[in-house]
Amino acid sequence: MTTKKIAKLPPPHPMDSLLRVDRLPHIWCPGCGIGTVFSTIIAAIQKSQTDLDKISMVSGIGCTGRIAGYVKLDSYHTTHGRAIPFATGLKLAKPDTKVLVVSGDGDLFAIGGNHIIHAARRNMDLTVICVNNLNYGMTGGQQAPSTPFGAKTTTSVDGSPEEPFNFCALAAACGAVYVARWTALNVRLLTNSITEAMNKKGFSFIEILTPCPSSFGRRNRMGTGLDLLKFYHDRSVIMNDIDPKDAALNFEGGIVVGRFVNIERPTFIDNYLAAQGHQNAAWPPPNKKTIREPLEKE
Amino acid sequence: MAGKAVMTGTYFMNGDHACCEGALAVGCRFFAGYPITPATEIAERMSRRLPECGGIYIQMEDELASIAAVLGASWGGVKSMTSTSGPGFSLMMENIGLGICTETPCVVCNVQRAGPSTGLPTLVAQGDMMQARWGSHGHYEVIALAPSSPQEMFDFTIRAFNLSEQYRLPVIIMADEVIGHMNERVVIPREEEITITGRRKPTVPPDMFKPYQADPDGVAPMASCGEGYRIHVTGLTHDERGYPVMDAATQENMTDRLIRKIRGNKDKIIRTDNAYLDDADIVVTAYGISARSAKHAVREARSKGIRAGLIKLETVWPFPEDLIRTLAPSLKALIMPEINAGQMVLELERCAGGACPVELVSHLGGGLIHPAAILDAVMAAHKGKKKKKKEA
Repeated sequence: MTTKKIAKLPPPHPMDSLLRVDRLPHIWCPGCGIGTVFSTIIAAIQKSQTDLDKISMVSGIGCTGRIAGYVKLDSYHTTHGRAIPFATGLKLAKPDTKVLVVSGDGDLFAIGGNHIIHAARRNMDLTVICVNNLNYGMTGGQQAPSTPFGAKTTTSVDGSPEEPFNFCALAAACGAVYVARWTALNVRLLTNSITEAMNKKGFSFIEILTPCPSSFGRRNRMGTGLDLLKFYHDRSVIMNDIDPKDAALNFEGGIVVGRFVNIERPTFIDNYLAAQGHQNAAWPPPNKKTIREPLEKE
Repeated sequence: MAGKAVMTGTYFMNGDHACCEGALAVGCRFFAGYPITPATEIAERMSRRLPECGGIYIQMEDELASIAAVLGASWGGVKSMTSTSGPGFSLMMENIGLGICTETPCVVCNVQRAGPSTGLPTLVAQGDMMQARWGSHGHYEVIALAPSSPQEMFDFTIRAFNLSEQYRLPVIIMADEVIGHMNERVVIPREEEITITGRRKPTVPPDMFKPYQADPDGVAPMASCGEGYRIHVTGLTHDERGYPVMDAATQENMTDRLIRKIRGNKDKIIRTDNAYLDDADIVVTAYGISARSAKHAVREARSKGIRAGLIKLETVWPFPEDLIRTLAPSLKALIMPEINAGQMVLELERCAGGACPVELVSHLGGGLIHPAAILDAVMAAHKGKKKKKKEA
């Protein structure tokens, strides 16, 4: 005798409208932080109440690069490192679309490093979300520009001999108008921050520290995804508005998170449109040199 | 006339500038580029002309970024292009592959200079012909056009955009330094005389739309960003829904269609300009700037009573295989002049299939092939055949 099993559809999830549910389950490992980041992005999009046909997502290659494949938006999974220039073209062709770039630390800062600094310099109107898991996860855990000094990866088995970037300081130095860093644990703050960045005109940048138990955590004997979250919980401290130069990642109990930069600056499109038909309006600038008081003589 | 996309009139213009005018006339409104000799004049003119026509020019940080931005803009629904030369063309290869795989219409103009590496930045060559065909990894088909004059830079740029929109792929214009920098008469027709092909749009509602479900000709309608279709586009092997699927069957379906949409429509894509072919027994097959030397040589040969003919390849890829196969058995020789050590001649040899001898007239770059060199080859082929007859 066989028992007939009636397939029961699970109730719809509140985020289903923004998910390609027919693509689930996703490829991310148990304990990975990308899923948390993904749901905060969706929550931020829902919260922003933007017309979904006016938001698109571009990603590069890697674990985080796969986010674009699960979101039900116009979404583009490009080549390794080239998400930002692809997004630049998309934004300039469709200026009324909010373009989110979601990619990993290796994609955005190693192979794509040249593009992020120039997009920030131009103040291209993009929201760049960098999932920083401290290594190349997709390929099995190699050393990345984010790997902490001394940390073990498959290509630095004796500990990384390189100093990592401070992504937030780099983005700020290049001209980003919004810079923040959170961990995958700061769900509410992160969601608000993404909404804020999406509504910000210009180049906004958010770094999110996420656990990668399968690769980074395993090589460095840091335990499960939960242990890694606890690691971030115990050692991070929120310090809004500090100079991101002073927010270098210090894993010995001083992982500084918060919103570091929130300034106004005309975007590429603002400047491009303003320049048309106003030849030589901005250059050369008027000479405003003032004569300095001579130094006091003793 | 400033501000007009179609500058109807007769001009004395260089090939690089004519390329810009062709692009603007057919509706290109986005250009991302990086300065490189001898293609810089294209970027310069586009930076000035695009804002006049309501478009955007952006100078990117490198050629990797330029081609990526061009693909992004195309998905934004805007006709877009970039231009470059050898070193930059090499850098663009990966994303040309992304354009092929995601079926993104756009145009890349390669104003060829001599290589390898930095080579001769200011001097002519035709050394990137095989790179245009095979430069990106994996197996795929391309469309590449080879203009031989500033007028053709104008005309072929229009055609390149039309082909890219019709067949949804990056189309490559294989120009060279001489054509790019040479000033000649360029006639820009009236707006209504210019044929413009747009991309095929979806005809079904979003919930029924599969972004890579092709029409019978192998080409799928394209939904641009913001049109409500909310599609996923990836350079991974994907199915009709555009979703990545990592297996051999999906790989076969996808690549087979990418190849078939070009091969299956080759009669509509391939164009040659033939002269004196009817009674020819020696045929010079040439493209780009070398086709002009070839034309001169063929006329000279005719004046000497030699039955020489000319096939000028307007499209270099796909190659006119059927034409060569049909002609070869009735010929004493096929001759190809090219400014490299023999690239397209390999294709000519393959298509001739041993039915007649195939001769290369080679120049390794830095100068043009003199018509006399081609005439010598024609004469040698002519005499060679007679000699053989005597021996027999």
